[in-house]
Amino acid sequence: MKSVVFASLGLAALLAGMPAASAKTLVYCSEGSPENFTPAINTTGTTFDAARPVYDRLTEFKRGTTEVVPGLAESWNVADGGKTITFHLRKGVKFHGVKDFTPTRDFNADDVLFSIDRQWKEDNPYHNVSGGKYDYFSDMDMPDSLESVTKTDDYTVVVKLKEANTPILANFAMDFMAIGSAEYADFLLKKGTPEQFDQVPVGTGPFYFVAYQKDSVIRFKKNPDHNFGEKALVDDLVFAITPDDTARYAKLKAGECHVNGYPRPADVAEMEKDSSLKVVHEPGLNIAYWAFNMTKPPFDNKDVRMALSMAIDRDAIIKDVYLGAGEKAKTLIPPTMWSYDDKIVDLSYDPEKAKAMLAAAGVKTPLDIDLWYQPVQRPYNPNGKRIGEMMQADLAKIGVNAKLVTFEWGEYRKRLQNAEDDTGQMGWTGDNGDPDNFFFLLGCPDGKPAGNNIPKWCNAEFNDLLAKARAIPDQAERAKLYARMQEIEHDEQPELLIAHSIVYEAMRANVEGYKQSPLGTHAFQGVDVK
Amino acid sequence: MIVYFLRRLALTVPTFVALMFVTFVAIRLVPGDPVEVRVGEHGISPERLAYFRHQLGLDLPVWRQFLDYCWRLLHGDFGVSLSTNQKVLTEFLTLFPATIELSVCAMLFAVAIGVPAGAVAAVKRGSVYDQALMTVSLFGYSMPIFWWGLLLIMFVSVKLEWLPVSGRIDLIAYYFDQPTGFMLIDTLLSGQSGAFLDAVRHLILPAIVLGTVPLGVIARMTRSSMLEVLSEDYVRTARAKGLSPFRVIGVHALRNALLPVVTVIGLMVSSLLAGAVLTETIFSWPGVGHWLIESISRRDYPALQGGVMLVSTVVIGVNLVVDLVYGAINPRIRHGR
Repeated sequence: MKSVVFASLGLAALLAGMPAASAKTLVYCSEGSPENFTPAINTTGTTFDAARPVYDRLTEFKRGTTEVVPGLAESWNVADGGKTITFHLRKGVKFHGVKDFTPTRDFNADDVLFSIDRQWKEDNPYHNVSGGKYDYFSDMDMPDSLESVTKTDDYTVVVKLKEANTPILANFAMDFMAIGSAEYADFLLKKGTPEQFDQVPVGTGPFYFVAYQKDSVIRFKKNPDHNFGEKALVDDLVFAITPDDTARYAKLKAGECHVNGYPRPADVAEMEKDSSLKVVHEPGLNIAYWAFNMTKPPFDNKDVRMALSMAIDRDAIIKDVYLGAGEKAKTLIPPTMWSYDDKIVDLSYDPEKAKAMLAAAGVKTPLDIDLWYQPVQRPYNPNGKRIGEMMQADLAKIGVNAKLVTFEWGEYRKRLQNAEDDTGQMGWTGDNGDPDNFFFLLGCPDGKPAGNNIPKWCNAEFNDLLAKARAIPDQAERAKLYARMQEIEHDEQPELLIAHSIVYEAMRANVEGYKQSPLGTHAFQGVDVK
Repeated sequence: MIVYFLRRLALTVPTFVALMFVTFVAIRLVPGDPVEVRVGEHGISPERLAYFRHQLGLDLPVWRQFLDYCWRLLHGDFGVSLSTNQKVLTEFLTLFPATIELSVCAMLFAVAIGVPAGAVAAVKRGSVYDQALMTVSLFGYSMPIFWWGLLLIMFVSVKLEWLPVSGRIDLIAYYFDQPTGFMLIDTLLSGQSGAFLDAVRHLILPAIVLGTVPLGVIARMTRSSMLEVLSEDYVRTARAKGLSPFRVIGVHALRNALLPVVTVIGLMVSSLLAGAVLTETIFSWPGVGHWLIESISRRDYPALQGGVMLVSTVVIGVNLVVDLVYGAINPRIRHGR
C-alpha cells in the first residue's frame, strides 16, 4: 500500500494547492497507530478511536454516558420474553464514497447482516479476511447468545436470542458492532482486494476517511450527509499520532493539537494551572481488586477474608501508587455507572480489628500466604508490584507473611483463572457500560477453571439475581437487583476492591462540546474549536 | 578489486545467517505469546488459542518454524505483520524513508560541525578552545538521547516557541501526496508554498538530537587524526614550501586526516539507527525505529524479525560500501596487507 492512502473525493482540490488552513480543523493527539480501521477484528482502544469517526452502530452510547440510545436503528422492540429484538432501521442514511467506490444505494438491512455475519459465519467470504480474529464478538458471548439474525424487509432486522439478554442491546453500541457497507465489501471482493475493506473504511459516520500515514497522521473530513444524531462541527479532524506522553503534553501546550486523550497524571497539576488548557476527569469504567482464592483454606472463611481486607491501607496505595489518580472502590462498579449503590458502607482500614478477627477465626499467626501481583501496568493498576509491596507491609502488621509472586502476563492470567494462587491482584475494564458486564465476573458460571471469576466464589442468591437482571428489560427494576448484589458482595468479601482509576483528558481552552466518555473512548462529533 | 568485492560479499553470508538465527530466537525468548498478548482480562479459551496458534504456524516445532522462516526469507518473503496484516516489507518501505531522511540530516549535522570543530581543536591543541571542545564533545557523546530530546522540546519548542514540537510537517496548514516518503522532496514536489521550510523546521530538533552522539565521536576522531597528520613530514614540507596555513591544513592535512573519519561514519550508521528508535519516539517521527519497538510490545514476530533483518541489511550494506570505498582509496587494505 502506498505510504499515504488517498480516499477523499475532495482530494483533487487539496492537491491543487488549496491550503487546508482555511477550514476549521480539530487536531487530536492520539497515542498510537491503529492496526487497521475495522473495529471487529481488533481489541485496542487506539484502533477503536481511529475507526469511530467513520462508523455508526445500530445503537449508540449517548456521548459522555453509557446510556444506550438509537443509532442506525431508530427504534427497537423487545418481545418473546426478551428473546427477540426487532430493530427498525433508519432510512435515507448514505454511505461515504472513496476513491474508487461510489455507493449506489442507502444503508439497509443487508449491511447489518453483513457486519454481523462476517464475524459470526465461517462461510461469509470476509470471515477470514485480515486474519479473521473477532475477539470482541467472542468475548461478549455473541456466538453463544445469538440464535439467528434475519431481515424481514430492507429496514427491519430481527435478532433472535437463545436466552433473554437485555444487556446485549449495549453490545450493539460497541465498536465491534460498527456497520460497514455490504456493497463496498462486494465491490472489493470482485476487485480481488477484500483487505482494502479494513484499510480504507467506508461507513455512514459523522466524518469520512481521507488518508492515513502509519505512525504519523489520520485525516478525516466532515460528512455533510450525516443526518441523525450529533453532527460534526469541524471541517477536518486530524489524528496526530504522538506516542510519547511528554511530547503530547508539549504539543498541546504549544497549540499543535487540541485534545490529548491520555495525559500523564503527574502533569495534571501543572496543566490545571495553565489558563490556555482545561482538564476533565472522572473515575474510569474499571476496577482493581485483590481476590481471595476461595477453593483454598483459610480463604474460604468469610471472617478471614474480611480481616485481610481490613488490614490493607488503600488510601496509602491511592496516594503513593495512583498518585491521586484513583478513587477507593467500595463496589465492583464505578460510581459513574447506573445502579451504583452509594449506600454501601466502605470497609475501614483497621489492622487491630483485623488481627483480632483473624485470631477469632482460629487462624494461627504467622500465616504464610502467596500474594500474586500483576506483572504489567493496566488501566486500573499503575504498578502491581508496588501495590503488592505495600500490601505485603500492611499484612505483616497483622502477622501475615505474604510472599510476592508473579508471572508473564498471559501466564499470570491463565494461572489465576485456574485458581493456582492463594490471593492475587486482578482487575477489569468495562466493555459496554452495562452493570452485567461487571457483575458476571462473580457469577457461578465464570467460577469454573479458566473463568473470569478469580475468587471462584459462587453465591446462589447473587447468581440468581445476576440471571434475573439479565432477563428484565426495565432498567429501574434491574438497578434494584444490582443494588442487592452489591450488598451481598460487600458482606461476603470474595475480594478486596482496591480502586477505580481516575481518567484524565486535557484539551485547549478553546475546545467546546467535548465530553469525556466513561467508556474511555474519544469521539469528536459535536465538538467545536472556537 | 572484483576479488576483494566478492570476498567481502561472501563474508556477509555468515553474518546474515547468524542474524536470522539471533532475531528468530531473541523474540521467542521474550515472554508472551503473540496471540495471548492481544487478549486482555477476558482471556482466551484453549480452543481459540490453539486455533489461532495453528493459523500462525506457532504450533509447529521451533526448528520447523525457523526453517520455514529461512525459506521464506530466501524467497524475499518477510511475512505479514500479525497486528496489521500488512506485508512487513511494505510497512518497512513506507516507514524507512523517514528514518533515512532523519539519519542523513543528523549525520550531515554531525559532520558539518564535528569535522571543522575537531580540525580547529587539533590546530589549536592545548588551547582553551581545544579543551572546551573536547569537554563539550564528551558531554555530547554521553548525552542520554531521551533526556536531551525532551529538554530541547521543552526549551526550544514550548518555552521559546522557535520550532515545532514533533512530527514532520504542520498537519493543519499542509496536506499533499507523498510519493517518495522523503518529506523534503515531497514538499518541493507538492508546490505548496512554505511547506519545504516547514519540513526543515520540523527536522532541526530531531536531527540535532540524533546527531549529537556522532558529532561528539566525529569531532574527537577528527582531532586525534589531525594531530597525527599534522606531525607528518609532508605537512612540515608543505609549510616549509611557504604554503598558506589554510592550504596546509585544509588541503594537505585535513584530507588525509579524514580517512579514518570516513570509516567511523560508516560504523556510526548502526548507532544512528539505534538512536533513531528513541528519537523517533520522542519526536513522533514515523520511521522504522518506533515501529520495531511497537513490534516487540505486540510480540509481532514477523514484523520484528523482518524489520531487524531489513535494518541489518542496510547496516551491512553501508559497511560493505565503506569497506569498498576504503579499499579503493587504500590498496593495502584491498590486498589484505
